[in-house]
Amino acid sequence: MSKSLDDFVEAAAAALGVPLEDAWKPAVKANLEATLRHADLVAEFELPDDAEPAPVFKA
Amino acid sequence: MAVLADIRWSSAAQIASDVAAGELSAAAVIDDALARIVRLNPTLNAFTAVTAERARAKAKAVDSGRDRHRLLLAGVPFAVKNLFDIANLTTVAGSKINRADPPARRDSPLIGHLEDAGAVLVGALNMGEYAYDFTGENVHDGASRNPHDLTRMSGGSSGGCGTAVGAGMVPLALGSDTNGSIRVPSSFCGIFGLKPTYGRLTRTRTFPFVGSLDHLGPFARTARDLAVSYDVMQGPDLSDPVCTDRVPEPVTGVLARGLDGLRIAVAGGHFQKGAFPEALEALARVGKAAGARDEIDIPEAQRARAAAYVITATEGAALHLSRLRKQAHDFDPAVRDRLIAGAMVPASLVNKAQIFRRWYREQVLRLFEHYDVILAPATPCTAPKIGQQTFFIDGVEMPLRPNIGIYTQPISFIGLPVVAVPVPLKPLPIGVQIISAPWREDMALRAAYALEQTGVVATPRPREALA
Repeated sequence: MSKSLDDFVEAAAAALGVPLEDAWKPAVKANLEATLRHADLVAEFELPDDAEPAPVFKA
Repeated sequence: MAVLADIRWSSAAQIASDVAAGELSAAAVIDDALARIVRLNPTLNAFTAVTAERARAKAKAVDSGRDRHRLLLAGVPFAVKNLFDIANLTTVAGSKINRADPPARRDSPLIGHLEDAGAVLVGALNMGEYAYDFTGENVHDGASRNPHDLTRMSGGSSGGCGTAVGAGMVPLALGSDTNGSIRVPSSFCGIFGLKPTYGRLTRTRTFPFVGSLDHLGPFARTARDLAVSYDVMQGPDLSDPVCTDRVPEPVTGVLARGLDGLRIAVAGGHFQKGAFPEALEALARVGKAAGARDEIDIPEAQRARAAAYVITATEGAALHLSRLRKQAHDFDPAVRDRLIAGAMVPASLVNKAQIFRRWYREQVLRLFEHYDVILAPATPCTAPKIGQQTFFIDGVEMPLRPNIGIYTQPISFIGLPVVAVPVPLKPLPIGVQIISAPWREDMALRAAYALEQTGVVATPRPREALA
């Protein structure tokens, strides 16, 4: 996970067109790991297929 | 004329009453506030701009106005987090980057609503960069200081609001709350804060952070001042796509109804896990005074906090993507690294968080079929030291900064109204959240007002050195 996340961070920065200096990489990776841990906690919670996202747009 | 010496600690309602009755002039009140700001700000670092000339002109207009006796906030000095547009000032939102922007052409409508009621804007307040912060620290402007201990955090991201109101520089301030940025500074600085229902108050002409989570609201030293300012700020605004078209529902007139008939519960589970003894003591005192009858579990609150974290990281990154591409070096490095990481989170995970959000909202709304008000800690601890990076929860060292909001995030995630009330523990105060159902700010403010009458809830006056 760790090495592949290093590769992902570099590839994602390039794809997004966001500069990523070597000195920034450890903190960016640590923040991404933390966010993905939170995201996994949510994603592992099973909800039915017809569960809709929360809308914020109103016409 | 009323004695001017002690208006530093007067409530907004008291000042307005004295000005309306001709006991005080707005000009004298504003001169006094401006002098206090000049004297205290080098120590407290709450203000990033002072609008002295504008304030004096407005005070003069209040004094000469025929309707002074009818103005609910006549002569009341107030200040706003520096993400609110103030005409002729650049809206910096705590950043270096936005300093290159042209000055705002018009005030935020909420400033206009307060000034229409006679209040007088005296300046803009320090905040964490782009509101991505729970500490009140700012790498460009320095930290706003806690008025009860200058070595401690004011709380973020509306840190200057907490400092200015808690120190007696102004009786009223406006801030924003995405994940806790009104409630955390209220807790650390020992003051009252209102985060209304999502969509209740217009956000027009304020710099955003996370559109689906951003709220605006007031800080004050009394529950009544929250209510009065909230009442004058309500109203529809087509410029903010999420601002409600509900008819304003004023609350000041119902404050004195007290706790009678309110069904009150204390949140357990997630909302007590990891809490320091001070947070639990404050919750117990408020729960007892409020006559809370049950302890309840808000289902999946930890997951709700996680989902709020994901949505914040990704929506915030989307907002700032072009600035990250062009001006990455001009950000606070800590904010920049969080935002870059947020830009990299796969969209499938973000959508999962939004799906969970709706489910969680439905579960929590069911609780309000049985309870009118739910009590929870505002923060897990009292104000930490400025610069502090970790704290110990159950003997385990944890990163401090992301965990300051563990109890506020699951509530704002679904837009519930909350009043943060101060419990004046020694040596430092700490806040408790009074949470009610959507659009029922009246119940939370009623409870806050009633608890204030018991003395369990109160804004402690800071040490004499700041007097």
